[in-house]
Amino acid sequence: MTAISHEHDHHEEHHGPAKGLTRWLFTTNHKDIGTLYLWFSFSMFLLGGTFALVIRAELFQPGLQLVQPEFFNQMTTMHGLIMVFGAVMPAFVGLANWMIPMMIGAPDMALPRMNNLSFWILPFAFAMLASTLFMEGGAPNFGWTFYAPLSTTYAPPSVTYFIFAIHIMGASSIMGAINIIATIFNLRAPGMTFMKMPLFVWTWLITAYLLIAVMPVLAGVVTMMLMDIHFGTSFFNAAGGGSPVLFQHVFWFFGHPEVYIMILPAFGVVSAIIPAFARKPLFGYTSMVYATASIAFLSFIVWAHHMFTVGIPLVGELFFMYATMLIAVPTGVKVFNWVATMFRGSMTFETPMLFACAFVILFTIGGFSGLMLAIAPADFQYHDTYFVVAHFHYVLVPGAVFSIMAATYYWLPKWTGHMYDETLGKVHFWLSFIGVNITFFPQHFVGLAGMPRRIPDYNLQFADFNMISSMGAFLFGISQLVFLLVVFKCVFSGEKAPAKPWEGAEGLEWTVPSPAPYHTFTTPPKVDGGH
Amino acid sequence: MQKLKAWLWLSAGVLIWVLSTHGHSESRWNMTEGVTEISRSVYRLHMLIFWVCVGIGIIVFGIMIYSMLMHRKSRGVQAANFHESTLVEIIWTVVPFAILIAMAIPAARTLAQIYERGPAEVTIEIVGYQWKWQYRYVSDTNDAKVAYFSTLATPPEQIANKVAKDENYLLEVSEPLVIPTNQRVRLLITSNDVIHSWWVPALGVKKDAIPGIVNESWTKVEQAGLYRGQCAELCGKDHGFMPIVVDVREPEEFQTWLAAKQDDARKMAELTNKTWTLTELVDRGEKVYGQFCVACHQANGMGVEGAFPALKGSAVATGDINKHIAIILNGVNGTAMQAFGKQLSEVDLAAVVTYERNAWGNNMGDMVAPLDIVKFKSGQQE
Ligand code: HEM
Ligand SMILES: [Cu+2]
Repeated sequence: MTAISHEHDHHEEHHGPAKGLTRWLFTTNHKDIGTLYLWFSFSMFLLGGTFALVIRAELFQPGLQLVQPEFFNQMTTMHGLIMVFGAVMPAFVGLANWMIPMMIGAPDMALPRMNNLSFWILPFAFAMLASTLFMEGGAPNFGWTFYAPLSTTYAPPSVTYFIFAIHIMGASSIMGAINIIATIFNLRAPGMTFMKMPLFVWTWLITAYLLIAVMPVLAGVVTMMLMDIHFGTSFFNAAGGGSPVLFQHVFWFFGHPEVYIMILPAFGVVSAIIPAFARKPLFGYTSMVYATASIAFLSFIVWAHHMFTVGIPLVGELFFMYATMLIAVPTGVKVFNWVATMFRGSMTFETPMLFACAFVILFTIGGFSGLMLAIAPADFQYHDTYFVVAHFHYVLVPGAVFSIMAATYYWLPKWTGHMYDETLGKVHFWLSFIGVNITFFPQHFVGLAGMPRRIPDYNLQFADFNMISSMGAFLFGISQLVFLLVVFKCVFSGEKAPAKPWEGAEGLEWTVPSPAPYHTFTTPPKVDGGH
Repeated sequence: MQKLKAWLWLSAGVLIWVLSTHGHSESRWNMTEGVTEISRSVYRLHMLIFWVCVGIGIIVFGIMIYSMLMHRKSRGVQAANFHESTLVEIIWTVVPFAILIAMAIPAARTLAQIYERGPAEVTIEIVGYQWKWQYRYVSDTNDAKVAYFSTLATPPEQIANKVAKDENYLLEVSEPLVIPTNQRVRLLITSNDVIHSWWVPALGVKKDAIPGIVNESWTKVEQAGLYRGQCAELCGKDHGFMPIVVDVREPEEFQTWLAAKQDDARKMAELTNKTWTLTELVDRGEKVYGQFCVACHQANGMGVEGAFPALKGSAVATGDINKHIAIILNGVNGTAMQAFGKQLSEVDLAAVVTYERNAWGNNMGDMVAPLDIVKFKSGQQE
């Protein structure tokens, strides 16, 4: 009987969150957990960013000024690991937690207790990883790719903590992925067929499968390392009959899909934002779904393009080159569809749209350099130079990170119940946009001219571009404080947001009031019509 | 709008000008064309894909920026409602696919060229070490093998910003790899410890040096000169300080150089085989010590308290001689003590061990002959 009265009015005092710290520790509410993930991710973004700034400060001028090469290597390694596993992945999981139930009309995630666990083990993993900086011998210093035998035979003792940290992150990701799949399969509102799901839900569904497929591979490779280091096996030790190249095959079988794990949900975000601000339905919904699935499939058969120089036979090189080039086709379809969505729209440029447009342009530039890298003979010259650093940062910063920011601005009114400060948002966007390009564009040039990556010092011919790049990095870094300010202001003050603050926005999340009530959809909404 | 178009054309023009003027020489902007057939075909491939990307970029970004400028709500535009067109979607799947095929063909051709294997005039084995390169000239016409290490020659004061930096800062080595022009040089690349990568952009060669695996590559350089490169795989703390210099000489000059090197090697073999006296070994050992050991263990053999152990009166230098040899050959894991077994000749190894056992009042009176070291090494290998 009480269930009926619940439908009619919301007694916040009965359904609201618990008070105090325990609310956050024991919460099983998807919104709270989403919030936790997002704040955790942002703090890791600042930490990993600080490490990047140490690197860029050292590279400001030729010569060694601030740090020693050992510490420099620790900084590149920690920066890469923290950005990938601590900033980008948890941010997308946070968005998934917040938005997927609301987008498919579900009351919560399917496995709320596990959701709590999969978040709370993360801070432990990263505390363990960060604590290696204070250990004897220092933090991991072998790059985020941690190639054996540098990471096994020649590593500092802290490598064991690194391995445990990776295991915990992997467990967290797998639990998160299972939860997302279970939610999407079981909790969709009546009428929400697969081909009516928002693209963000689709891209996350595919990403979750990628995670389940490759996280165990990562766990496997670090376990093999652990065995080599402590139990006398020789998986990667040539002297004992193993092979360092085996490490790379296993690592990249995880690692290549991993880079798509960091970009597919971004496709979903942008596919929500562009139609909203172009006031026009997304062009080619169906082909977007198929393109995402093909990219995911192809990502499993191209891993060796990271290993063109290890000495694979000619036929192998040809296969991996062709397969890699093929990815350009579905990726192209996605970009063309976004452009076609804008074409003949009625566009406005609020902050989420600015980030989304920058995403399309800069991600495409990253895609172009990716296509160049796919050409194996040319890759011999590009590989392990700053050209690669420029490439993956164009994909990861204005790609993954910009899409996360776009998503934050887009859904912030729904989360907080307030509008954010549009002027400050625009300031944040323009500073970031300019900063990112000043940082990473010149790196194409130094890379082509012959500067290897992961070096603490360089020849004089690379000096001016490195200086420009470092200045851009500091600009980008500092402008993220504006972001922090915008979010704070929006949480604590600001104009009250209506249920649907964006004229062209579509989706179930806009049918509930802002801020979204602590428990949404206690009875499932009915879905009909288009997506 | 007129003004905007003018700006767009102007900036496209500037971009094209910059890229085309800088593309053809050794440049700070672009890949080098290099000095081999392969490096040039790689360069052409690079520029081809680059221009294809620029072309696609101009079309896509052009349409996008046009829409962003023209189809704004603030200009009173009403949104259209189309959201599907099978025909258009097929076109923009098929056309890129065709472009890819057009690029795949020349790429495969260049790749096949790089992988072509044939008889070579000169074969060189390249071994990566933390953090130096060893070059070994492999040939079956003589028994004295030419082999030497090539290390960073930039003085530490330049790296520490105490003195002005040279033009070739960090790209200078103690002894370059010497090869002849216009002859096919076969490169066998491997490593002794971690993975390194041997990269010389002007030759268009980059190949990983992996322990336990011998990779093959080749080059044929048309122009004499000095070509510089660097290790391209993270290999530890001095990864950034592992340059490569290739000195390409006319074949006659190369032969003269090689002959002189072979002579040296032959002399060294004779030294190894001759009968040494204690004083001779101690004298030579003092010089070797001064070059390789003094920085840590100090001239007086006292080491540095807490960091580097003393040798004067130490258990090693006055104890079992085989243990002493083993430490110098293999180093001590996890400490600054390196393995010198492959860096120094047998003569120098024997000399320095003998010196340490007889200097600073360590009057052991015993000695190791170079041939003992040879025996010791072959015993270790079994
Ligand atoms: C504006 C912010 C950033 C700056 C200034 C920056 C800067 C750098 C620099 C200087 C390096 C070292 C390059 C090298 O020597 O190889 C690096 C490496 C890397 N960065 Fe970033 N980065 C930023 C953001 C990100 C983000 C958001 C990601 C997200 C995933 C990321 C992922 C990586 C990875 C994976 C590496 C490779 C680490 C390695 O060499 O093992 N970076 N970054
Ligand atoms: Cu190296």
